[in-house]
Amino acid sequence: MPSKHMAVIEITDLVKSYRRGNQSIPVLEHLFLKIEEGEFLALMGPSGSGKSTLLNLIAGLDQVDSGSIRVGGEEITGLSEIELATWRAGHVGFIFQFYNLIPVLTAFENVELPLMLTGLSKKARKAHVATALSLVNLQDRVDHYPRQLSGGQQQRVAIARAVVTDPTILVADEPTGDLDRHSAEEVLRLMDQLCSELGKTIVMVTHDPRAARKAHTLKYLEKGVLTDAPQIAVPECL
Amino acid sequence: MNLLFFYSLRNLLTRRLTTALTALGMALVVFVFAAIIMLAEGLQKTLVDTGSYSNVVVIRKSSGSEVQSGIDRLQASVVETQQEISMGQDGKQMIAKEMVVLITMEKQESSSRSNVVIRGVSETSLSLRPQVHILAGRLPQPGSSEIMVGKSIAKGFKGAGLGEALVFAMRSWRVVGIFDAGSTGYSSEIWGDVNQLMPAFRRPVYSSILFNLRNAGEFEAVQSRIQNDPRLTLEAKRETVYYKEQSEAMATFLRILGLSLTLVFSIGAVVGAMITMYAAVATRTGEIGTLRALGFRQSAILTAFLLESLLLGAIGGCTGLFFASFLQLLTVSTTNFQTFSELAFSFALTAGIVIKSLSFSLIMGFAGGVLPAFRASRMNIIAALREA
Amino acid sequence: MLLKLLFRNAFRHRLRTLLTIGGIAVAILAFGLLRTVISAWYSGVESSSASRLVTRNAISLIFPLPISYKEKIRSVDGVGVVSYGNWFGGVYIDEKNFFANFAVEPRTYFDLYSEYLLTDDETAAFFRERKACVAGQKLARRFGWNVGDIISLRGTIFPGNWDFVLRGIYQGKDKTIDENQFFFHWDYLNETIKKISARRADQVGFYMIGLKRPDQAAATAEAVDGLFKNSYAETLTETEKAFQMSFVSMSEAIITVIQLVSYVIIVIIMAVVANTMAMSVRERMGEYAVFKTLGFGRGYLSGLILGESLTLTSIGGLLGIGVTFPAAGAFGQAVGQFFPVFHVSAKTILMDMAAAAIVGIVAAVIPIWRVVQVRIAEGLGRIG
Repeated sequence: MPSKHMAVIEITDLVKSYRRGNQSIPVLEHLFLKIEEGEFLALMGPSGSGKSTLLNLIAGLDQVDSGSIRVGGEEITGLSEIELATWRAGHVGFIFQFYNLIPVLTAFENVELPLMLTGLSKKARKAHVATALSLVNLQDRVDHYPRQLSGGQQQRVAIARAVVTDPTILVADEPTGDLDRHSAEEVLRLMDQLCSELGKTIVMVTHDPRAARKAHTLKYLEKGVLTDAPQIAVPECL
Repeated sequence: MNLLFFYSLRNLLTRRLTTALTALGMALVVFVFAAIIMLAEGLQKTLVDTGSYSNVVVIRKSSGSEVQSGIDRLQASVVETQQEISMGQDGKQMIAKEMVVLITMEKQESSSRSNVVIRGVSETSLSLRPQVHILAGRLPQPGSSEIMVGKSIAKGFKGAGLGEALVFAMRSWRVVGIFDAGSTGYSSEIWGDVNQLMPAFRRPVYSSILFNLRNAGEFEAVQSRIQNDPRLTLEAKRETVYYKEQSEAMATFLRILGLSLTLVFSIGAVVGAMITMYAAVATRTGEIGTLRALGFRQSAILTAFLLESLLLGAIGGCTGLFFASFLQLLTVSTTNFQTFSELAFSFALTAGIVIKSLSFSLIMGFAGGVLPAFRASRMNIIAALREA
Repeated sequence: MLLKLLFRNAFRHRLRTLLTIGGIAVAILAFGLLRTVISAWYSGVESSSASRLVTRNAISLIFPLPISYKEKIRSVDGVGVVSYGNWFGGVYIDEKNFFANFAVEPRTYFDLYSEYLLTDDETAAFFRERKACVAGQKLARRFGWNVGDIISLRGTIFPGNWDFVLRGIYQGKDKTIDENQFFFHWDYLNETIKKISARRADQVGFYMIGLKRPDQAAATAEAVDGLFKNSYAETLTETEKAFQMSFVSMSEAIITVIQLVSYVIIVIIMAVVANTMAMSVRERMGEYAVFKTLGFGRGYLSGLILGESLTLTSIGGLLGIGVTFPAAGAFGQAVGQFFPVFHVSAKTILMDMAAAAIVGIVAAVIPIWRVVQVRIAEGLGRIG
C-alpha cells in the first residue's frame, strides 16, 4: 500500500520528438518529473510547447523515444500496444475537452463502457456505475443520450466514466475549455472533490487560469523544459 | 459483449437513409440470387418428382427424349417378356407402351404458341403413375376420341377446358377430364388412348415404354439385358434419372445465369456497403480514438465495425429473402430447351436456399466492411482523438 | 468555372468517388451485357428476310410434310424459288457440342439464302458431291475444321453414324448472320433412310419459299395453306420473321425475367449513387447555406448537385460502356452455342447512356430537395 508521500508518477530523462518527413523535431528533452499520490497538478504553457504530448505519454497513449515513465510503480515505456491498452483500462481515467462521449450510448452506458473491459458481472457493473453517477450528481439523467444533456452535464458524465474503474491516475486535457463559467466551476469543484476526498491523483493540461487556481501544483512547460514559474507572464483575467 | 452489439446496431439505426439504401442494394441482390436458384430448384423438383424410382423408361438408343424416339412393335414385344416387370392387381403386367408427340397450341393470355406434349396412354399408364389423379370430369373412354388434359394446360391454353374440343390430326377430340399431377411435368400434358392417337397421327411405332420393377434393385439386370440384346436398339433408364436428365440443360443454364448475374450485382452492393462503412469510420474517428484511449484493443474496434457491416448484410439478406418467398405464389410456363415442349413449374424455396442466401448476404456485408474496419482499427490514437 | 467546381467537389472524397464510379461502371456493364443477351435471343428474328416464307406441318414442327407438296407450292401465284429441308439434330461427339444441322436441297436453299457466302469452287464442290457438307465460319473455327475434313454426326432423329466431307465454309454477309450452322444434302439423307425404314422417306421437315413480291407475303401464305387444308398433312405458312419469333416466344418467360433483372441492377446502383450523393451533400450542408447567403438561388444549387451526380454517372457509364465490348467478346465465346450471334448493338449503347443519365438524375433528387428546403441558419449550424 503506497504511503501518502510516494511518487505515483515518476518520469526520468524523457525524450520525445516528432517526425515530419525526414526531419525530427524535438518536443520534450531530458525531462524529469515526480508527481505524488493525491496531487492535483496543472500543466500550463504556450501552444505547441508539448503539454499535450507529455500528458499523452503519461496516459500511455504514445511511446517515448527514450527515458522511463513509472506509474503506480509500473514501468510503462516498454509495453506493447496491447499491453498498454489493458494497462490504460485499469489505471487511467480520461477527461477530454469535448467530453468524447459515445453518441449512441446513454449516460449510464457511457459510464459502463470502461467496465466492459473488466471481468465484472452485470450486477457488479451496475453498482459501480450507480456509485460513479451519484458522485457527480447525475442519478436522474441516466437514460439520456449525450445530445439531450448540456455541456456541463456531459462533462460530469465523462468524469463519472473516468472514475468508475477506480483508476490510479486521472488525466484531463482542457476539461473546462468548452464550458460556460457556471459549468466550469461545477466541474472544477468535482475534480477538487475527487482529489481531496478520494485521494485521486490528477494531471491537468489547461489554458484556463481559473482551472489552474483550483490545482495544488502548477508547472510550466516551455520549449520542452519544465519550470515552476512561467517565463512569460500569465494574464490574470477573471 | 452485449454493449458492443448495441453500439453497432444503434449506429446503423442512427443513419436511417444511408442504412436503408445500402441494405436495399443488398436486398435486391439477394432477391435476384434467391429467385434464380429457386427457379432452377423448382424446375428440377418438378421434373424429378415426375418420375418414380422403381419405374423404368425405355426409349430408342441415342434419341435423347421420347419425342425423338421410335420403338416398333417387335422390339416392344421383346421388352414385354422381361421377367422383372411387376404384376398388377388384375394379374396384368405393369407395363405401358406409349406414344408422345408435340402439337402447337395457342396460349390463353397472349396469342403466342407453344409446343404441348400429347401422350397416347394405355390402361396401365395411370396405375404406373400414382401421382396423377382426376381433378374434374372423368377418364377418357378407351376406343373413343376423348382426351384429358393436365391442369396447367387447361389453365394456360385456349380451347382446353372441360367440355371443349381440340382439333388436331383431322379429328375433333373432346376434353372429358382434367387431371392433377401435382407439380410434376405431367400437369403440362394431354393424355388420350394410344390406340386412337397412333393411327390419327399415322405413327406405327411407339415412342417409349414404361414399366414397373417388381424389385427396384433389379434394375441393373434388366438394363444390361435390354441394352445388350442384338435385336434391340434401345436404352433403359430409371424414370427419375430420365426426368432429371431432361432438366439438366435448362437447370444448368439457369444456375449459370443466376450465379454470374448475382456475382456482378453483388459488386454493386458491396461497393455501396464499402462507401457507407468508410463514411461511418470517417465520421466516428474521434469516437474510435476515445474507445482506444479507454483501453479497447484494435481487435475490438475491428470487430465492432465488421459487426456493423455484417448486420447490414443480414438486414439486406432477410429483406431480400422475405420478398423472394412470395415468388412461390407464381407459376412459370416456358419451353424446356431439351424436350422442346411446354413445361409449367414454380419457384421452390428450400432450407438450403435460405442458408445460401443468408450466407451470401453476410459475405457481402463482410466484403464491404472488412477494409473500412481495418482502417478504423489501425488508426493512430492521438490523431484520432484530435478529430473529436 | 461551374464545371471546375463540379469536378473538384466530386473528387473531394477520392476513395468514395472512385468506389461509386467503379460501382456504376460495373452496373452499366452488367446492364449492357444483359441487353445484349436479350438482343442475341432475337437475332434470328432480326436477320430474317422479309421475302422468305416458311411452310411446316400445322400440328407441330415434329411432323413432316410429303415431298410431293413441292410442285404444288411452286404452282402458287407469287411463289419464286422453293427449297426444302429437315432438321437433322445430329450430335457431334458429345451433346455439349450442340449446333444446328440441317439436310437441305443445296441449290435452291443457297439461292434463297444469298447472305451465306461461299466461293465458287466451294459451291461447285458442295453441289457436286452427295456426301458433301458446308459449315459456318464460327462453327468451323470452334472445332478447328478445314475444308476436306471428314465430319461424323451421330443421329438422334435419324439413327446411326453419318459421315460427311466438309467442302465449304460460309461467311455471313454481315455481322448479324448466324455462322454456326451446318448443311448437307437432303438426297443423301433420303436415300439412306429409304434403305433403313422406307415409310420415313420422301418427307421434309419444312419448305422455304422465296417470294416474288415481298408485299404479297400474307396472301401467298394463305394460298399455300389453302392448298393443303383438310388433307392429312395440313400446312402452316408464315414469314420467316414470324417463324423465328415463335421460337423466341417459347422462351418468353425467361426473356422477361432477364429484362426485369436488367432493370434491377439499375435500381441497385441507383441506391448506391443516391447514398453517395446524400452523404456528400449532408457533409457540405453548411457550404450550401453559405451559397444561399451569398445570393445563389435554388436553381443554381440544384444545378450544382445534379451536375455532380451526373458527372459521377457519366464517368462510370463511359467506363462501363468501354469495358462492355471486350466483355461481350469473351462472353460471346463462352455461350457461342446458345447464342450464335452475340454483338453489342447501337441500341444497347444508347440504353446504357440513358440508364446512366437516369441514375444520375434520380440519385440527386433527395439531396436537392434537402438543400432547397434547409433554412440558412439551420444549414450554417451544421458546420463542424
